Amino acid sequence: MNIALLLEMAAEAAPDRIALVCEGKRWTYGDLLAAARGAFELIQDSGAEYVALLDESSEAAVIAVFGAALAGVPYCPLNYRLPDADLAALLGRIAPALVIGDEERVLRIAGGQDHTIIPRDEFTLKVQETVPGDDAREYDPGEGVAIQLFTSGTTAAPKAAILRHSNLIGYILGTVEFASADEADAALVVVPPYHIAGISAMLSSIYAQRKIVMLPNFSPEGWLSLVAGEAITNAFVVPTMLARIVDAMEKGAAAQTASLRAIAYGGGKMPLEVIHKALERFPGAGFTNAYGLTETSSTVALLGPEDHREALASDDPKVRARLTSLGKPIPTVEMEIRGENGEVLPVGQPGEIYVRGDQVSGEYKEKSALDADGWFPTRDAGFMDEDGYLFLSGRADDVIVRGGENMSPGEIEDVLLTHPAIADACACAIPSVEWGETVGVAVVTREGHAAPNEGELKELVRSRLRSSRVPEKVAFVTELPYNEMGKLLRRKVKDVLAD
Amino acid sequence: MKPGTRLKSAACDTEVMVIRSADGQIECGGSPMGETKPAEPAPLAADFSAGTLMGKRYVDSDGKYELLCVKPGKGSLGVDGAALVVKDAKPLPASD
Repeated sequence: MNIALLLEMAAEAAPDRIALVCEGKRWTYGDLLAAARGAFELIQDSGAEYVALLDESSEAAVIAVFGAALAGVPYCPLNYRLPDADLAALLGRIAPALVIGDEERVLRIAGGQDHTIIPRDEFTLKVQETVPGDDAREYDPGEGVAIQLFTSGTTAAPKAAILRHSNLIGYILGTVEFASADEADAALVVVPPYHIAGISAMLSSIYAQRKIVMLPNFSPEGWLSLVAGEAITNAFVVPTMLARIVDAMEKGAAAQTASLRAIAYGGGKMPLEVIHKALERFPGAGFTNAYGLTETSSTVALLGPEDHREALASDDPKVRARLTSLGKPIPTVEMEIRGENGEVLPVGQPGEIYVRGDQVSGEYKEKSALDADGWFPTRDAGFMDEDGYLFLSGRADDVIVRGGENMSPGEIEDVLLTHPAIADACACAIPSVEWGETVGVAVVTREGHAAPNEGELKELVRSRLRSSRVPEKVAFVTELPYNEMGKLLRRKVKDVLAD
Repeated sequence: MKPGTRLKSAACDTEVMVIRSADGQIECGGSPMGETKPAEPAPLAADFSAGTLMGKRYVDSDGKYELLCVKPGKGSLGVDGAALVVKDAKPLPASD
């Protein structure tokens, strides 16, 4: 079943209803479907093997995902924040593509890769002008790949995660009731288009017939202003955004948020302080914590509004602790916690989180990560309590998640080790109210060298990596803890840094 | 019937997508559904005239059949003469 069916149904049921508001322009379901059909013609004519988007959120993202689906060509939104060299490598892996967006950049960094490039405005205009011919079009049946998303590639080269039409349809049919939104409902979408949450937000809202309002560049003031101006009822934010919104409100930013009924969050650890403040600031909104991965077509577990209220009102520490949980697996997904040898662990014991279900792809372009029975190892570590609430204890790979951005300790350590006075280094996540997690490092000074100062090490990381990688805390230690197998015990380093 | 097949009612406007299916005959308005519409519409059987609703999923009691209504109509759905019922889905809070 093709994901374009979701838009076709919305357009069939309510062609004139507003589907999307972006930069003041309004699109109906009928407009979007006509544009997607125009995009089909454009994509077919280009002969492209992928439809890529190198751009911020806009109507082009919606039109491209459905146009590509109709044409049976995988849609591949790219992270425009990547450095040139990394982006050029990804573009090379999807050539020849029809690239929508930053023409100048694609020409400069991937000019020889045989892409067809079309700037956003031109794309939007052309797809509206392109009227399909009279002969009935043969649209793709949707038996293949709908979307390819490159993972952030923190441990190795980015992996090309594949989502089939069947995975995404499974997710939407399993979690969203068709046309369940009121005509006045409006969802504010701030996640970038290359993130799975940005994709699932589009699909879910269109199937629910909930108007999408896009905010391409997040700022707390911009967010609050759209909430008031468009009478937003639903919003999804990453914890960092929520922290900044609450902060801006505390500092007196203008806020009319009475329309907000539902705020969902996910993509990283929510500091307890932030969620407590947010619950106070938005008394009329139900909060939902969503846990999901690219490879699972988004949400596989959630902590709903009722759970939030109960936890907040309870005197029982166990119930209160649920505020830090990811809630329960959704009904259409199976979940298990497994030990190192693949054995299913009993309640309360931490292990790796495994999931299975129609929406779980677990597939990369190179190979599938599913086991023989269709289970996907998430590489996330966690445990489930006796009531079925899932708690995340960290990433199996020790990835640091700062404000929704995944970073590998290894790349930071590698840079630190280039300093002549550094003999050993360990980077790990330390809790941060603003970012959820941020980078802390422990370093060992090389014998015979004077310890470098903290500012010098921060500057070294800043000069070589993105500023988000700069450690917030630097600890000088005499040695790093290793186990008998020579494995660095990051947990112990974390404890040192937490002190 | 293969999942993803679009079936049309012979008796009304109803169209469904097959999500799950076995070997039985899928019907609407009391007549077999097909990938194309017959030139002459079939009569609407009184027992199968309650109508279909857009976006609802219809299932049998054994969980062998599941159809998604993508176009509503006056007929109602069945398999081998047994009526299908609307699948009860507990609403989830919007998470994205």
